[in-house]
Amino acid sequence: MIVRAWSVAGLWAVGVAVFIVSSALAVTFGPAALSVGEVYRIIGEHVGGQFSGATRLQDGIVWELRLPRVLLAGTCGAGLALCGAILQSLLRNPLADPFILGVSSGASTGAVVVAVLGMSAGTLTLSGGAFVGAVLSFLVVLVLAYAAGGGTDRIVLAGVAGTQLFSALTSFIVLSSADPEQTRGVLFWLLGSLTGVAWRDVITCAAIVAGGLLTCLFYARTLDAFAFGEDSAASLGVSVFRVRLALLVITALMTAVLVSAIGAIGFVGLVLPHAARFVVGPGHGRLLPTVVILGAVFMVWVDTLARTVFAPRELPTGVVTALLGVPVFAVILLRRRAGAR
Amino acid sequence: MSLRANDVRWTRSGRLVLAGVTVAPEPESTVGILGPNGSGKSSLLRLLAGLDRPEDGGVELDGQSVAEMPRRAMARRVALVDQHAETDLSITVRDVVRLGRIPHAKMLGGDDGGGAAVADALAATGLLELQNRSWHTLSGGERQRTRIARALAQEPTELLLDEPTNHLDIAHQLEIMELIRRLDVTAIVALHDLNLAAMFCDHLIVLDAGEVVASGDPADVMTEELIADVYGVRCRITTDSAGPYVRFQCGAPTAWAEST
Repeated sequence: MIVRAWSVAGLWAVGVAVFIVSSALAVTFGPAALSVGEVYRIIGEHVGGQFSGATRLQDGIVWELRLPRVLLAGTCGAGLALCGAILQSLLRNPLADPFILGVSSGASTGAVVVAVLGMSAGTLTLSGGAFVGAVLSFLVVLVLAYAAGGGTDRIVLAGVAGTQLFSALTSFIVLSSADPEQTRGVLFWLLGSLTGVAWRDVITCAAIVAGGLLTCLFYARTLDAFAFGEDSAASLGVSVFRVRLALLVITALMTAVLVSAIGAIGFVGLVLPHAARFVVGPGHGRLLPTVVILGAVFMVWVDTLARTVFAPRELPTGVVTALLGVPVFAVILLRRRAGAR
Repeated sequence: MSLRANDVRWTRSGRLVLAGVTVAPEPESTVGILGPNGSGKSSLLRLLAGLDRPEDGGVELDGQSVAEMPRRAMARRVALVDQHAETDLSITVRDVVRLGRIPHAKMLGGDDGGGAAVADALAATGLLELQNRSWHTLSGGERQRTRIARALAQEPTELLLDEPTNHLDIAHQLEIMELIRRLDVTAIVALHDLNLAAMFCDHLIVLDAGEVVASGDPADVMTEELIADVYGVRCRITTDSAGPYVRFQCGAPTAWAEST
């Protein structure tokens, strides 16, 4: 069901509209008894409207909790789906996801180190530690991959090795020194959670995702050249080594920032690129904006479900992405098979 | 002048793959590279395409060293048809051929004449009817034609082909070779089939263990002795107005040597 060129722009317009409507609806859901009108009067007051008459508590719930959370969910969904799409093309591996280069595993090690050593009070926050860990693990994987020859399968294998190493380090630290309460909090966070996000996170993540999207769009045709492998890309004039290194660094940095803000939310980066390819085909000029919109809409709804279904208790967002996403993906796969006959 | 390899030498994983090979094709001619498996045919094409660098000697395009040329500039002149180029993506024939325009694309995605080049490439390879078909629905011959069309969309002056007739039936083998022959490009073709080489090439280079053992006109190069030496098989060669024709015979070449 590949969409024709003239309708791709229309599809994006609809997608952006759906994202705006989804976000507007998502901010009205929540355990606090606030009417739709009250929610929008509070938002209106912050963006320059008149005094809403809401209490400080109500104001805080909408402006400091719900709105940044919804926006961060959309941003992270967009970023993870984008990173997944890039890595699948670059490594020519349909199973590649943003965490294939050991980033999430390194982030967990970093977070656990901070939690256990109790550095959160001063030097480094949980997410700061996660970011440092993520970047360190990516560097280890990158050095290993290039020392081993630098081919796509070597990069994937180095990623597997790095992931295992940092998972083992995390377990080692947890079992040898942490008390159960500390680690339970860290593990919940690692499964992916958007509790307690701040505007600062939204701005950081939005900036890096926007920058990443623009850079990747610049490389769209170059990424197309990888369709038939790296020799083929090289014979089409692509400097394979340079382009691959640049894009690996960009996706790893994006992933590191997102993971340290919200934890390792799986599935989005693995499956949404495939879903987007079914709709608009494998050309990156069309694929990348599509996957970004799809990721944003998907995560807004997933996070809304995660925080409302068992309210006031929350499910880890990563659990909901899989529970909701796998059946949706199965339907796409089956329909595609039926269509191919 | 055009693409040439000067005395290139290349070792890979400690094994000597090419030991001083020179290829200097006449412009717009078709050069066949022959030799048994592992004789260095594909490696020579990789060096000519600039995918790998020789340790010694050099590859030149119009007298300029390929090692110093930007990759994109190189890709606007030299195209490689690699029979192993495969993909899992469901990409249409037309989009595969459009990949050939990547080296010509401008910064903001513009490409003057790109549409015409793609249409010409599709027409030359007889793929106009198939242009909206998906890659994974194509037969071996259709895929091979698509790879060639992608290379043609690069509008190269030099075309490198690695065993382009592999896995094709005889009609498609002839069709592909005629197509290569007809094009206004310098074509360097690695081939297994001696009779196809004799029929379609202006010049043959025979490699054995990374060395050139014969080079010249098909009629001069293809001798019973050379084929016995290089391939280790017996054959009879008949030459008529259409050129040499090779008929293989059973049995080891030593037996042939004793009987004559």
